[in-house]
Amino acid sequence: MSVTCTGEDRNLRLTVSGEVDHHGARAIMQELDRQVDAGLPRRLTLDLSGVTFMDSSGIAVLLRAYRRMAELGGALTVANVPPQALKVLRAAGLERIIRFE
Amino acid sequence: MKPINEAAISFLSRSANEGFARTAAACFAAQLDPTLDEVNDIKTAVSEAVTNAIVHAYPDRLGKVSLRLRLFEDGVLEIVVKDWGVGIEDVEKARQPLYTTGSEERSGMGFTIMESFMDALRVRSAPGKGTTVTMRRRISRRYSGGGR
Ligand SMILES: Nc1ncnc2c1ncn2[C@@H]1O[C@H](COP(=O)(O)OP(=O)(O)OP(=O)(O)O)[C@@H](O)[C@H]1O
Ligand SMILES: [Mg+2]
Repeated sequence: MSVTCTGEDRNLRLTVSGEVDHHGARAIMQELDRQVDAGLPRRLTLDLSGVTFMDSSGIAVLLRAYRRMAELGGALTVANVPPQALKVLRAAGLERIIRFE
Repeated sequence: MKPINEAAISFLSRSANEGFARTAAACFAAQLDPTLDEVNDIKTAVSEAVTNAIVHAYPDRLGKVSLRLRLFEDGVLEIVVKDWGVGIEDVEKARQPLYTTGSEERSGMGFTIMESFMDALRVRSAPGKGTTVTMRRRISRRYSGGGR
């Protein structure tokens, strides 16, 4: 599991790789908080292209990102969601809340 | 009905075993020649049930979790995840979407996902005794190889 960060001008892009389960989710949330606190982004893109597995622990990660961005008055976009993760996020109704591209 | 094949593992409620359990289930299911989507559904449902045992059943200690896999003639895979932890007071309520007793790291969607990814889900639980989650999923047979 890893999170890499790129971005400029308060446009943050976090690329998550590996398995997003309960075992790995806490580290992802901590890194997310760290990057959001440091960058105070107006726009956050979570790029899930490297995610090989996701369960409900990933739902909480995305909802946290959504809440953090709402607090900052910014926008969250979730990009490149692999099919397995998309099925989980859809089952939870997350597309009604979060923008996927 | 008698199973045509069966396997069981048990492990401590450590989060590192979440990946182990879902991979073991996927490997067992491989003999049915499932599609990638079917394998992913099995891994996801097992991950939800096992994570619940690890997170909720033993909140302040390590305990035993067991995973039993059985395969039936008609291509039905049965998955049973069992713990001997705190149990669930009201199973019907616990199965509702968004219901959680967990921290903000939980979203209350585990049972909803198990239900939508499997053909059948049964939850038996008694406070102080533990919880047994039984799931069934039919794998469409595309190929029948040799072996016995
Ligand atoms: N094995 C178990 N032992 C004790 N309680 C359980 C067990 N499994 C589930 N529960 C209870 O049922 C509730 C709902 O479980 P469910 O998996 O749907 O959501 P969650 O685990 O809280 O959140 P999520 O799965 O979305 O991370 C849990 O919050 C917990 O109270
Ligand atoms: Mg759960």
